[in-house]
Amino acid sequence: MSYFARTSPGPAAVAVLLGLFLLVFLVIPVAKVIFVAFQDPHTGALTLVNFADFFNTSLFRESFFNSLYVALMSVMLGSVIAMPLAYFTTRFNFNGAVLIQTLGVIPLIMPPFVGAVAMQLLFGANGSINLLLDEWFGINIPFMEGLNGVILVESIHYFPFILINLSAALNNIDRSMEESAQNLGANGFRLFRRIVFPLAMPGYVAGASLVFLKVFDDLGTPLLLNVNNMLAPQAYLRISSIGISDPMGYVISVILVLFSLFALWTSFLAMRGKEYATVQKGGGGLMKRDLRIWEKVGAYAVVIFTLLVVLSPHIGLTLLSFGTIWSYSVLPDGFTLVNYQEVIGTTSEYITNTMLYAGLAALIDVIFGIAIAYLVWRTKLVGRKWLDYLATGALAIPGVVLGIGYLRTFYEFEVPFIGQPLASWWVIIVVALAVRRLPYALRACVAALQQVAVALEEAAENLGATKYRTVRRVVVPLMSGGIIAGFVTSFATAAVELSATIMLVSAESDAPLSYGIYVFMQSAAGRGPGAALGMIAVIIVGVATYLSHRVIERGKRERAIDAVLAGGV
Amino acid sequence: MSNSSSILRVAGILTLAVGLLAAAPLVQALEDKLVVVTSFPKDLTGAFKAAFEKNHPGVKVEMLKKKTTAGVKYLQETASNNTSDMFWASAPDAFEVLKSDGLLQKYQLKATGIPDMIGAYPINDPDGYYKGFAGAGYGIMWNERYIKAKKLPAPKEWLDLAKPVYHGHVGMSAPSRSGTTHLTVETLLQGEGWDQGWALWKEIAGNFNTVTERSFGVPDGVNSGQFGLGVVIDFFGLSSQASGFPVQFVYPTVTTLVPANIGIVAKAPHPEAAGAFIEFLMSQQGQELLLDPKIRRLPVRPDIYSKAPAGFPNPFKDKSIGAKVKFDVIKSKNRYNLVNSLFDVMITYRLDDLRAATKAIQDAESALSGKSNAEAQKLIAKAKALVGAVPIDEATGLNKDFAGIFKKKRKKATDKVTGRQAEVEAGWDNVIKANYTEAKALAEKAKSML
Repeated sequence: MSYFARTSPGPAAVAVLLGLFLLVFLVIPVAKVIFVAFQDPHTGALTLVNFADFFNTSLFRESFFNSLYVALMSVMLGSVIAMPLAYFTTRFNFNGAVLIQTLGVIPLIMPPFVGAVAMQLLFGANGSINLLLDEWFGINIPFMEGLNGVILVESIHYFPFILINLSAALNNIDRSMEESAQNLGANGFRLFRRIVFPLAMPGYVAGASLVFLKVFDDLGTPLLLNVNNMLAPQAYLRISSIGISDPMGYVISVILVLFSLFALWTSFLAMRGKEYATVQKGGGGLMKRDLRIWEKVGAYAVVIFTLLVVLSPHIGLTLLSFGTIWSYSVLPDGFTLVNYQEVIGTTSEYITNTMLYAGLAALIDVIFGIAIAYLVWRTKLVGRKWLDYLATGALAIPGVVLGIGYLRTFYEFEVPFIGQPLASWWVIIVVALAVRRLPYALRACVAALQQVAVALEEAAENLGATKYRTVRRVVVPLMSGGIIAGFVTSFATAAVELSATIMLVSAESDAPLSYGIYVFMQSAAGRGPGAALGMIAVIIVGVATYLSHRVIERGKRERAIDAVLAGGV
Repeated sequence: MSNSSSILRVAGILTLAVGLLAAAPLVQALEDKLVVVTSFPKDLTGAFKAAFEKNHPGVKVEMLKKKTTAGVKYLQETASNNTSDMFWASAPDAFEVLKSDGLLQKYQLKATGIPDMIGAYPINDPDGYYKGFAGAGYGIMWNERYIKAKKLPAPKEWLDLAKPVYHGHVGMSAPSRSGTTHLTVETLLQGEGWDQGWALWKEIAGNFNTVTERSFGVPDGVNSGQFGLGVVIDFFGLSSQASGFPVQFVYPTVTTLVPANIGIVAKAPHPEAAGAFIEFLMSQQGQELLLDPKIRRLPVRPDIYSKAPAGFPNPFKDKSIGAKVKFDVIKSKNRYNLVNSLFDVMITYRLDDLRAATKAIQDAESALSGKSNAEAQKLIAKAKALVGAVPIDEATGLNKDFAGIFKKKRKKATDKVTGRQAEVEAGWDNVIKANYTEAKALAEKAKSML
């Protein structure tokens, strides 16, 4: 590390620029809204009395513990779902590993509202599964009731964070580590427990901490299940029903942010003092072996069952989009193409906007993610950790708060040459999406960087490469798995974001798909077309994900061939 | 040339001139654009946009869809550099907020033939800032397949929803979430009296399956069969039916009809086009669009109802719809936020406790039926009184200083308010939770005696 301690102006300048970006587009807008939390509601004087009210209210205390419980349980259930998928596809020769990994990302793309309706129609108290159970066995399982319902839906929805990051980490483990362990006599479960899993730890922690933070702050799922006694819904309900000037909503937001940062700090502590980087870069990824036939059957059974469970919301969505009327029955009354016909004319603009916004946002996110990860883990700049905390803090800011903050901060700022307020220019939507999804890309990049040994960079610089060249030619290529993981999560989730977007859309022609779905889902007749639009969103993002996986796989194979050739010479 | 023919000719010229004059506002160039901030669904806005653009080629209508509360916030935040022309939404109170913030401008309606009242509610804002264009009233909708499968009777009155047979089958939105739900709650409070009204609401709420976060969550839940019955505004029920869902809708006797409104935003960039849009909305052609099966709202022009399909409710003829309660707008306005807050504290956030207490009482009552046990009866009555109790009386609710705690803004710097909303709510919450727990214990004790 001492090598990099030498001060150079480059990283410092980048750090200042990033800090400025976060200050302007995150801190100031949010501060403009949440300073209400520190104001006496009647006199406007600065005070902490609102925080006292928070801790004195049994409802809020209860909400806090409910949120904590749900977040922890979701991480556990999500890990149970993600681990077999990640392990089987990276450890064994498995047909269609790429396809499985892609399908594993689909649950992240849950379009607003329609996803909720589909879930209720399948798993609700009177949904398909319970109607069948009732007919066959006379029982009714409350999948969607209360906190357990929230845990189920959250785990299905967010486990891909663990899957993606864990897979990237497993793929990045050096084969020679495994070979050494085997030479020393370790194999089977012991090999996994003592060597493979610990080496993949940065990826797992990155994924698990994202799931924890995301579930802890998540608003959509509790609202869809009408569970109010959790922190995020309490904040949202207070802000949107009592009013923008009610302090309690912001008090809860502040507590959400602080607790998220605390959780993040804990995960830092857990990772501290351990070395995950491996120097050799022989063949990327674990040794893959063929499965014996009965193993294959078992593995396929686990994978297919898991996929069936996690993709059930999308199966429901498919039925909904092709169905006519679906009401208190196992399947829709009939099937039709009318819903797709209705949306096909209106979608092209929505699709272009979505691809543009989500693509740009994800691009910004990975670039910033790499930069911040590098600054935090490879330099000794003063306050570098704060960049990480700040960027990750965005996770805990409710979309509505960010949206209102932007309107408040940028409405009177005219963009030069465009002659339009910044707050109503489409670029602001991209910025909002980028800020909100930056934590995803950042965690993935940090995990990837932790697996790259500093020695490789030192070698490059000893050979005369400049810092910029080292980052570009050595660090970034070695991080590529993590970078793509970050890009995919940012892109997929940005494509269906609604809460900030809805405040910022100021012209129909600027609206993305999620807004279109929202518009349809305001009326009884719009349910089918809304579902059709949701399906289109899922397919687009799914295809984009699949393609980016393919690109990586190809890149990796080419590098492997290069390595073999180099070895042969 | 005969005299009569020259008279005819003069008359003809006059007619032409009058015709030209009348047509003048149409010919006069409107602006090329109109930006409408609206909470209405695409089915409604799309129909009006298409028809208006056909009548006025050259004007491009931009419908900006936002939830009512988000729409109000959007207009407030963007007022300094306003780009919107109109606000078009249901809840009259949203327009009141905009009006008091000085964000609306007056408009003098040219169209005639629109009465002053729909049900017991004035159609237009008396100060002239916003106009009612359609009526809507609250009622009960239910899923036919659901009630058939669960063997439930079809409801008629609000009171029916409190019957034990509907336990766990009813859905509703919270008054703090939707302005129209608020009106239903307030209507019952005014119709039945403060204490009686709240007790009735809690009896109904004890049967709730859920309190939905969005008002559209209720028809959505009934349509998919997630729960069987819902308290909804009429067009949700009527349009769901028209879209093919197996649902029915009924107006109970105690209901209020309220107008859905439109108003022009202060400093609108396209005021002429905005005026033309209001006139179009109120015209024969515009009002007829409301009868569209996907829209189904009650026109404010009485003559349109002759063109409505059979069975379409007509508030101008059928005086029983929405006429029972004389709605006191001032009273409602003064305690608006307080009623929302009480409902959330007592029902929305304590639904599990309320449901458990209600279930225990219902079980004890059914065990009691046919038997006589004075002590058990006393315990049940006590439990019911505990569930029904409201932490404050009506006078306190209307007390200006107390209601002021729930005001969103201080009017003047000298306004003095003691107490904070969160503080008051925490106090209520403690009382309510203790009451529900005790009521449940009492009812269980009563049942064990039978």
